[in-house]
Amino acid sequence: MTGSRGATLFALALLFPAILYILIIVAYPLVDTFTLSFTDASLRKTVKWVGWANYQKIFGGDFATIIVRTFVWTFFSVAIKMIIGTCGAVLLNALVPGRALFRVLTLPPWIVPMAIGIFMWGWMYNGQFGMISGVLQNVGLLDRPLAWLAYGGTAFWATIITDVWIGVPLVTLYLLAAIQSIPKDLYEAAWTDGAGRFYRFRRITLPLIVPALVTMSMLSLIATFNSFDIIWILTQGGPNGQTTTMIIDTYKTAIGSYKYGEGAARAVMICLFLSVFCFFYFRVVSKISTGEAK
Amino acid sequence: MSSGRPMIDRYRWYEYVAIYCGMALFLTFVLAPFVEGFLVSLKPLTHLFSSPYRFWPDDGSFDAYFTMWQSVPLLGRYIVNSLLISTVATIAVLILVVPAAYAFARFQFRGAGALLGAFLAVNMFSGAVLLIPLYRLMRSMGLLNTYFAMIVPGVAFLIPSAIWLLRTYMLRIPRELDEAAWVDGASRFYILRRIILPIAGPGILVVALATFIGAYAQQFIFALTFNSKSEYMPLAVGLFAFFGKERVVWNELMAASFVGIAPVMVGFIFLQRYLVAGLTAGAVKQ
Repeated sequence: MTGSRGATLFALALLFPAILYILIIVAYPLVDTFTLSFTDASLRKTVKWVGWANYQKIFGGDFATIIVRTFVWTFFSVAIKMIIGTCGAVLLNALVPGRALFRVLTLPPWIVPMAIGIFMWGWMYNGQFGMISGVLQNVGLLDRPLAWLAYGGTAFWATIITDVWIGVPLVTLYLLAAIQSIPKDLYEAAWTDGAGRFYRFRRITLPLIVPALVTMSMLSLIATFNSFDIIWILTQGGPNGQTTTMIIDTYKTAIGSYKYGEGAARAVMICLFLSVFCFFYFRVVSKISTGEAK
Repeated sequence: MSSGRPMIDRYRWYEYVAIYCGMALFLTFVLAPFVEGFLVSLKPLTHLFSSPYRFWPDDGSFDAYFTMWQSVPLLGRYIVNSLLISTVATIAVLILVVPAAYAFARFQFRGAGALLGAFLAVNMFSGAVLLIPLYRLMRSMGLLNTYFAMIVPGVAFLIPSAIWLLRTYMLRIPRELDEAAWVDGASRFYILRRIILPIAGPGILVVALATFIGAYAQQFIFALTFNSKSEYMPLAVGLFAFFGKERVVWNELMAASFVGIAPVMVGFIFLQRYLVAGLTAGAVKQ
């Protein structure tokens, strides 16, 4: 039943609606972004072809700083997500009473609308009255109130922490599934040989979840690079543009100041980076799956 | 613990302490904003803006839960809008994805791998990158300031994961079942409808749940940019207007947030078992 012409036609007919949808809503806008990036499109009715002018303009500005900032922001966010996610997965995997409940309690940040969770963080970061500043003062780590979102340095880390918070539930669950798919007899063999718990973690668990860690890091990298809601709600890219990542920068240019053409050029730059990530993602995934087949 | 447990899974007392301490730390990070948000919703505004910081409200009350209905008169609308947008998006995704996942799971045709890769590549773009052309597209389709402006673009970005998850599930259905029916002369469409769909039911439920949560949790940027009518706003954007005010009435904002997410949280409590199991199964086993 497979391989015949009829089967192929049937398969294509099944795929047709989804393909058409993606072509209209994703592929066409993608092409449109490239075209627009060479024009001076704005709210005006007339659109003029300007060649590379938009690109020359953005690279004349502080675009390089924004790129570097985006990469640093993304790197730390993904790295912290993976570290906390691994710890969480190992803890949730422990056979202790209450673990079913703990697993359920991990999920809320992922279930609620992101914006709602971010509002809550907005309050936590409040300098005068928020929890973080308040608790740190009570413990004695801070001697006066600190408005986390008011200074570039702290706002940068505050937005990272919130992004980590939103991403951690899925990373944790995914890594937990990876840990649970490790054959039990490996642990038993090591245990019989007298290997301690930490040794078993370092020599069995960790090496065997590396493929899952790599896959998840790549997926997380792409999602984090695209992160918009958190920064937009908490700081709108401020203070002084110190939390302006490429996405925020594009949004400000295009939607905030109606410079569609220049915004499109900035979006094209994002697409270029994303394609590089995507290329590596597919390379890594295919390498891992052929490695498993051996 | 019970003596029937293998020795390897037994913990010493200090290991228990370490695990529970670690767990407490982890869950504090995950749940602190909810706890703090809830306590804030109980504090009177004057108390809220008072130093030094106090964690526990000693004059807590549910007043904000009553007064907020004046400040956020459309809250009920926002809640319904959020659920409506996610539900319609989920149905649209299922209609597109069930046949597509079946095609990928059962038919080998030239370019199948590349096509699946192309679908997955969609995942790398967020709505934010394509916002400008999408805005123009919505405008030329006459969809700006309608529910569809928030549903139509959202669906596209939910398709890839849904295809992947459902395809994984369908690959696990034994081929012998549909081959036997094929030999008996059943049509391809009949096989899909009468054999694959019933068996894939639980998988479709998991995909529907995951898609719904995706649609529900991530409805922000399209609703913020493509719609300006308050009566169509989903919860997140409706409350964002409230959040953006010069003086944020925090206790009412938090009260409105908790009332807003209550319906989904209740649903989650009933369905969490399927979610945890389904997501992790689809994620790792290929």
